[in-house]
Amino acid sequence: MKILVITEQRQGKWNNTSFETLAAAQQIAAATSGTISAVVIGKGVAAFADELAAKNVAEVLLIGHELLEHYTPDGYCVALKQLIESTKPDLVLFPHTYQVRDFVPKLAAMMGKGMIGDCVGFRDEAGKLVFVRQMFQGKTVADVSFTGNAPWFASFQSGAFRADLLEPRASGKAPVQAVNVCLKPEDIRTKPLDLFKEAKSAVDLTQAPLIVAIGRGIKAPENIPQAEAVAKAIGGEIAASRPICDEGWLPMERQIGSSGQTVAPKLYLALGISGAIQHVVGMKGARTIVAVNKDSNAPIFEIADYGIVGDIFEIMPALTEELQKAKG
Amino acid sequence: MKIIVCIKQVPAKDAPLSISGNWIKESDIGFEMNEPDSYALEEALRLKEKHGGEVLALSLGPERVKQTIKEALAKGADRGIHIVDDNFAQLDPLGSAQILVAAIAKENPDLVLTGLQSEDHGFGQTGVLLAGLLNLPHATIIMQIEVQDGKMKLKRELEAGWFQHIECPLPAVLSIQSGINKVRYATLKGIMAAKKKEIAVIPAESLGVSAEPTQKIEKIYVPSKTKKTEFLTGTPKEMAAKLVEKLRFEARVI
Repeated sequence: MKILVITEQRQGKWNNTSFETLAAAQQIAAATSGTISAVVIGKGVAAFADELAAKNVAEVLLIGHELLEHYTPDGYCVALKQLIESTKPDLVLFPHTYQVRDFVPKLAAMMGKGMIGDCVGFRDEAGKLVFVRQMFQGKTVADVSFTGNAPWFASFQSGAFRADLLEPRASGKAPVQAVNVCLKPEDIRTKPLDLFKEAKSAVDLTQAPLIVAIGRGIKAPENIPQAEAVAKAIGGEIAASRPICDEGWLPMERQIGSSGQTVAPKLYLALGISGAIQHVVGMKGARTIVAVNKDSNAPIFEIADYGIVGDIFEIMPALTEELQKAKG
Repeated sequence: MKIIVCIKQVPAKDAPLSISGNWIKESDIGFEMNEPDSYALEEALRLKEKHGGEVLALSLGPERVKQTIKEALAKGADRGIHIVDDNFAQLDPLGSAQILVAAIAKENPDLVLTGLQSEDHGFGQTGVLLAGLLNLPHATIIMQIEVQDGKMKLKRELEAGWFQHIECPLPAVLSIQSGINKVRYATLKGIMAAKKKEIAVIPAESLGVSAEPTQKIEKIYVPSKTKKTEFLTGTPKEMAAKLVEKLRFEARVI
């Protein structure tokens, strides 16, 4: 099986999910006697290609173009379609980033193909590749397979594969091959402008050793002080899943998850959080995870060390009291 | 501006899911408007209030989907389009998009909005696919829309706290990020007014879309646990005391 891995960089920095996806590609290649071509796309990105050449891949393909300096969905689709048509891969893999979800479904559709996105694993079932992805916000998992002819498009979720398992090349470097693409200014219909961060927040949750996080289960903003009391008693920071910040009940800077902060505290106490994947990717690295939820099937329990199935409105005051007692 | 909002109806958030074949058992559960799509609808209504025009609520699915279209009409959408397809849950993302496109193309909208992703399949591809099939420019994960002189200035969310402004011509397709606005509730007046609004019913098979699916759900199952969870039991006070004990002396994190 011939596998293309499209890596991602922005402003001189790798998106590290690229390496996880390369590691996944190596595992698929091992299972299917495949070969891997790693692809770098952008402008002035030869150094990135050189870095990939030290990995265990058959070759590195380098697409450099003036009009690819800044990401645009049109530019990437036009360029990568040409690459895929000329190299004829069986499988095209991507890290499942915000950028990938912005253009890859369209790229695949331009070729009359589908994409299986946000996969967390794969299996080789007697020569047929089956991709594993979550559905219903992580409450169920589905095995999905491609029907029809290659090329097939798939992306892997951040954290699904370990970048540290990426094999280096045994010796020397893989050949780096520049690929020319034909891209005209009129191909690109949207115009990227400034990249920016909102005013830097006062709290840096990534540095907090103890985090008490709330989700939809908190029900109303007037209930938040109960959770804050737990946080105060434990000496931790309060945080939340996205819906709470979307509602404006806590500021956006307290949001944990794919669109917020990624944290790895000593303790993560999840109160009324179901554990949708967008949240879990931001906190699964915590050393100890405690989940309190009234639904015993909530996916948060899959990653919890300690679980309490119950009403957070009964647990929060009891926990505050016990914590205060323990502190004496 | 003529705006089409694509709205999916999904199982209610607290619905107990039981697996049946390669989908879930739909007979005993409630359904609701896909929450990310409610932000797209709200954004469409705000754009109409500011710039004038018309908002169409488009939904694909079985008969039950009509309830969600009515909810959109009650919130202020002007017209509804229901593409009836009983086999909807088994469509792949490209197949759904092809059916939606056949209906959208007839309306010639200035703007097509979708939510970020659905809470059931969670493919998160529809908006981008619509743009590809309609050959329109697009942008996703949108946090702000300003329309001026026939084009839009958009604020797009990137990862890890980064944002980007982009300029996008009209017509276009946008996928809206949840939290872009505060979603309104339907008023009693809106609910009454909705009764007089039109819902066009289009059988999916009449659209003449006959694409082969590109992917197939082989099996759906409950994920196996990767971590062993120790469940604490007792009264709330007992569970709280046990937890504090565990955190102090077993996990040693407090």
